[in-house]
Order: sequence, then structure tokens, then C-alpha cells
Amino acid sequence: MTTLRNFSRFITDTLRMITTGGPVYYAWIALLLLLIAFGANAYIGQLHTGLLVTNMRDQVSWGFYIGNFTFLVGVAAAAIMLVIPAYIYDWEPIKEITILGEMLAISALVMCLGFVMVDIGRPDRFWHIMPLVGRLNWPQSMLAWDVLVLNAYLVLNYFVVTYLLYCAYTERHYVKKLVTPLVLLSIPMAVSIHTCTAYLYNGLASRPFWNSAILAPRFLASAFCSGPAILLILLQILRKTTKLSIKDEAIFKIAELMAYTMGFNLFLTAAESFKELYSGTEHMVYFQYLLFGLKGHTTLVPFAWASIICGLIAFLLFLVPKTRTNWVTLNIGCVLIYASVYIEKGMGLIIPGLTPDALGEIYVYKPSVTEVSVAMGIFALGFLVFTIMLKAAVPMMLGEFTISRGKKGAQPAKSEGHA
Amino acid sequence: MDQDACQPTPGAPCPSGENNGRREFLGAAVAAVATALTGCGTLSKEEFLQHNFRELSKEEVLTVIERLEKEYKEKFGREVKVANTPPMPGVMFGYALDLSRCIGCRRCVHACVKENNQSRDPEIQWIRVLEMDKEEGVDLQHAEQYYNPAEVPREGHFYMPVQCQQCKKPPCVKVCPVGATWREKDGIVVVDYNWCIGCRYCMAACPYGARHFNWGDPHLPSKDVNPDTHYLGNRPRPKGVVEKCTFCVQRTRKGRYTACVEVCPTGSRKFGNLLDKESEIRYVLENKRVFKFKEDLNTQPNFFYFYGV
Repeated sequence: MTTLRNFSRFITDTLRMITTGGPVYYAWIALLLLLIAFGANAYIGQLHTGLLVTNMRDQVSWGFYIGNFTFLVGVAAAAIMLVIPAYIYDWEPIKEITILGEMLAISALVMCLGFVMVDIGRPDRFWHIMPLVGRLNWPQSMLAWDVLVLNAYLVLNYFVVTYLLYCAYTERHYVKKLVTPLVLLSIPMAVSIHTCTAYLYNGLASRPFWNSAILAPRFLASAFCSGPAILLILLQILRKTTKLSIKDEAIFKIAELMAYTMGFNLFLTAAESFKELYSGTEHMVYFQYLLFGLKGHTTLVPFAWASIICGLIAFLLFLVPKTRTNWVTLNIGCVLIYASVYIEKGMGLIIPGLTPDALGEIYVYKPSVTEVSVAMGIFALGFLVFTIMLKAAVPMMLGEFTISRGKKGAQPAKSEGHA
Repeated sequence: MDQDACQPTPGAPCPSGENNGRREFLGAAVAAVATALTGCGTLSKEEFLQHNFRELSKEEVLTVIERLEKEYKEKFGREVKVANTPPMPGVMFGYALDLSRCIGCRRCVHACVKENNQSRDPEIQWIRVLEMDKEEGVDLQHAEQYYNPAEVPREGHFYMPVQCQQCKKPPCVKVCPVGATWREKDGIVVVDYNWCIGCRYCMAACPYGARHFNWGDPHLPSKDVNPDTHYLGNRPRPKGVVEKCTFCVQRTRKGRYTACVEVCPTGSRKFGNLLDKESEIRYVLENKRVFKFKEDLNTQPNFFYFYGV
């Protein structure tokens, strides 16, 4: 009973926490809500007219929405980038910030599910894909697998974050026997969400661009570049704006790990390009469309090269210890690698996979205004979820916000809140 | 896609299928939201709760058909019959197309649209005719779908119509996350338009570009409706679902030819029962040199191409 009462206080206090803040906080929330409303409005138009308002057609039947979905699955998976060293090597400086990685994963998953929801033609039939209630075509369909692992990963992260924060709030130490196995489980789970998403494309023999054995490894490698890039910037913001102390050491360690994954990612991209371009079979046309243009259609070319060049520069910036430990170059590197992977795993993956289409036709796809507006709304939703979680979580982690706020600071709560 | 509904709070049980009463209750509660999601506000509770066609009892199928016929009558102002003719025993449909005779006139394309109640605007075509260079042979990188000369066939070109190849190992069926598409006993791959969620994974999986999506509300004028329909075939489709060639299931299960076979002026199209030794399709397979399109993908089509002369 006490637990129940405490938990309901936890909920109400958290709600109060997230609805009160300074003018900057309110302005930020208002901006996000405005963007969400803007996206929702565009989505209502799409529901009314159908997906005709997008620029997707039979030839290119997936586009901006699914590209963003794929990229964000990578961001969600990258939470483990921080969990692996923290728990395998018991490396304390990173351990403190894994909870932030998990919250990032939750927000990314919310956006993933949002992008899938807006992409389907009959959102009213969502229940058809629910296990037991509907008719999930498992184990045949990779999409069925993806639905299962994405939801399991969401629930897992949600539970761990809630539990850790609840413990911090009630000024108790978390049960290590419960948390450690769950966090360890989240490592293979994170690998599995991105592997399943890669297999979703990988298994289609009709699309040679995707039908490559190193697609899943490439997904993972690129995710381990972009996910931590977001976190690195976030950590710097947090330690400036809150009392959260994050050691330089932790940030530089993550940056060092990123240098390795970036190098590996570039190597895999090169391996794929070599195989396609050197052997030069008719399957090369998709790479040609992406990198050089095909029959005068060069829409993707500047983006593809921007992605490669950004990736290369970021790799060099992270590889050299001097630029890796310089805040300016480090942050430039973060932005560059983020942009690089966003292009590569978004439009750079989906569009050349479908162009030329199964019968050799080139349909030049560019997202429509509706697609961009809806996507903006979903990103705003993800940011809102993340902001709200941070708003409540940071003071809890710091021990400033607990069930007995009157006795604040009576006992050192700092170590309790951190996973 | 279902996820939001399933997890507002951790620990709240997901609705399970073991209890029909509960399912109904859940359905009624969510129906309002779902109606909003269709964007047209015409979704009935019955339609929302309808299960996969293969899970329906005979009575349920009849109820569904009755409802559909009523809907179509309201929409088009005329009687539309929705049949549920099952596969004939001992029949496996096969198709053969003579590339040496086809002149690329596209009469098949338009007869198909007329027969199968496709959307007219934008027009959905289940048959795509590729104009190819004779010098290049069957090469998709040298194929043109939008050829428009004053007269066909054009010098130096040949024509290759492509439609659903009714694969024995259909990749589209394998990938569908909800089992909304399947292969019937007579070899026809069909779609349950009332179960498809419109994720378009099957379109990515199909190597023949045979699947088409209703990107908008299908625009089918009343006067153009073919009232002789089949549940799994040419009945008018809703917005946001995938459709494809069904070998004119509404005709062929009653022993008729497909519309494209009937209309072809050159006799390039051959259709029949692969299990019947006396059939024309068997004659073609046994006496002509046939090939399967993209045979390296091992989709094992029941649709063959051949050079008759």
C-alpha cells in the first residue's frame, strides 16, 4: 500500500514538476506544441485526402517517413553505446549518464512509431497488427518482428527509467539484482531493433540495393556514430544549465569510442561501394542513381556526397585526440556526423533502394510539403517527450526532488538516482 | 502502428483475443478514434471489427458481403454483386504470353481497368506494357512504359506486358505483416482489402511492380462500375489499401477467360488450367520455349513468357 501511495505521489509530483518552469521552459514547450499542432494539421489533411498528398507513388512507395523511421531506430539503438562500456567495464563516469541514453531511446522510439503510423494507409486498422487481437504474420514477416522488438525495447527502457527515477525520488537505493540484468538485456535488445529494421529491407531480393549481407552491420555502425553525437551535445548543454556534473573524461571517452565506430562505418560503406562499382553488374544502377545520377536525374547526388564528406571530416576530427578534446571541433564533428548519418540512413537508403523501380522506371521522389510538415510535428513530439522526461529526471538524479523535499539534502541521494 | 494504443501505462494489460466480449467492447471504444483516422467518418463498427477473411465463418462472410453490397448500392446507386466463388478443385491457373506476337497496343491494359473497377483518376493499371529495344533484349534499363507513337509496333522494338506473375513463392505474401494477402488453392494471389493496413511492404517486396496502392480515394464513376464482382477480386476498393491482378478471379472461377485474354487482338495471351493435360496452356509449356521473368529470384511464377513464332 505504501508503495502504491508513494507511486501515485511520484506521478502527481512529476506532473507538477513538468508543468512548472521558467519562461524559457514555457517558451520552448509552447514552440514544440505549436510545431506539433502544425504537423497534426498537415496529418489531418493527409487523412482526409489520402497519401496522395505525399510525393510517394507506386514506383517509390516509401519515402521521407520511412527514411526518418529508419534513422531514428538507429538513434534508439545507440543508447547501448553508453551502456556497454558502463556495465561491461564498470566504468563509472559513463554509468551516470546512461539513464539519459535510455530516455533518448524512449523519445526516438516514440518518433519511430509516429513515423510508421503516419506512413500507413489505414491507421484505423492498427489493431490488425497487434499480437493475439489481430493477425500478426510472425515469424514470416520481418515487419512483424520489428513491431515486436521495437515495442519490447520501448517497454524495457520505459520500465528501467521509471524504476530508477522512482527509487531516486523515494530516496532508496535501486535493487541492483533487478536493474543490472535488465540493463544488460537492453544491449542485445538494442542490437536486435536495428538488426530487425535492417533485415526488413535486407530480405527483399527484388531490391538489390538493400539485398546486401552487410546492410545490418552498416546500420549498427552508423547508429553508433549518430546516437552518441546527439548525446555528446546534450551532455554539454545539461551540465551548463543544470547542476548535473558530467566529467570531461566521460565525454572524451565517448568521443574516442565514436572515432572507432566512424572508421568502421566508413570502411563498410567503402566495401559496399567497391563491390557494386567494381563488379559493375546491372545492380550498380541504384548506386549510380545515388552517387552520380542516372539518365540525367541527379536529385540525390549532392546529398550523397555531402553525407560522405561530412562523415570523412567528422571521422578525422574525432580520430585526432587534439580535435576530439577541443570543444569547438568536437561539436562541429558531432553536427557533421549527425548530418552524414541522417542522409545516409534516411533518404540515402530508402530512395535509391526503390529507384529505378522494379520495372526500371525512374520516378524522381522529393518529399512534399505535407510530408515535411508532418515530420516536423513528429520530431517536435519527440523533443517534447524528451524535454518533459529531462525536466523531471534531472532534479531527481540530483536528489533535489524527492518525496521528502522538506528534508532535502538530509542524506546524500546522489548515488541512488544514477544507473 | 498499434503501439500507441497498447501501452499508455506500463503494467496495463494489453487487450488479448481470448475474450470476444472484451474485444467487442474495446472495438466500440476505439471505433470513434478509428473513424477519425479514416478521415472520412464513414467507418461502421461492423467494418472496423471485421476480421481477416480467412478467419470468417460462412455466415460471417455472407453478412460481410451483404453489408458491402448495401454500401456499394448507396455509393454508386446501382446493384453490385459481390461473389465469394471458391477455387475449383483440380484447377491451377497458368498464363503464357507470346512476346513475338504482342504489338504493344495496350488494349489489355484498358480492358483490365474496365473489368476490375480500378480507380479512373488517378488511373490504376494492373498491366504495364514495356517497350524494349530488339537490340537489347529483355533489359529493364532499356524499357519504356510511356511510349506513345502514332502506331504500334514501332520499328526495332518489341513489347513485354507485365502484371502479377502469381508466384508459387510470392515475396509479397511472405512480407505482409498482417496476413492480408495470400495464395489461393488455384494459385491466385489475392488481397483482403478490408484487412490490408496499407503499409506497402508488399510493394517493396514485389519484383514485378505488380502491386498498386490507392493513394487517394479511388475515383470510379457509377456508369463505369462493373457490377459483377468478387470479394477477393474486382469489388470497388477503399482508400489506402493495396490491390493487384487476380487473373480476373470473378470470371475465371466461373470458367471464363480473363478480360486481357479476351481482348487481345493478336492472340498473344494464353490462359488455362495447368493441371489439365488437354489445355492450351499445357500445349504452350510442352511445345514452346518458355521463360520466367526474373527467374533468378526464385519466385516461381505461374506466368510464362514465350516466343511463339
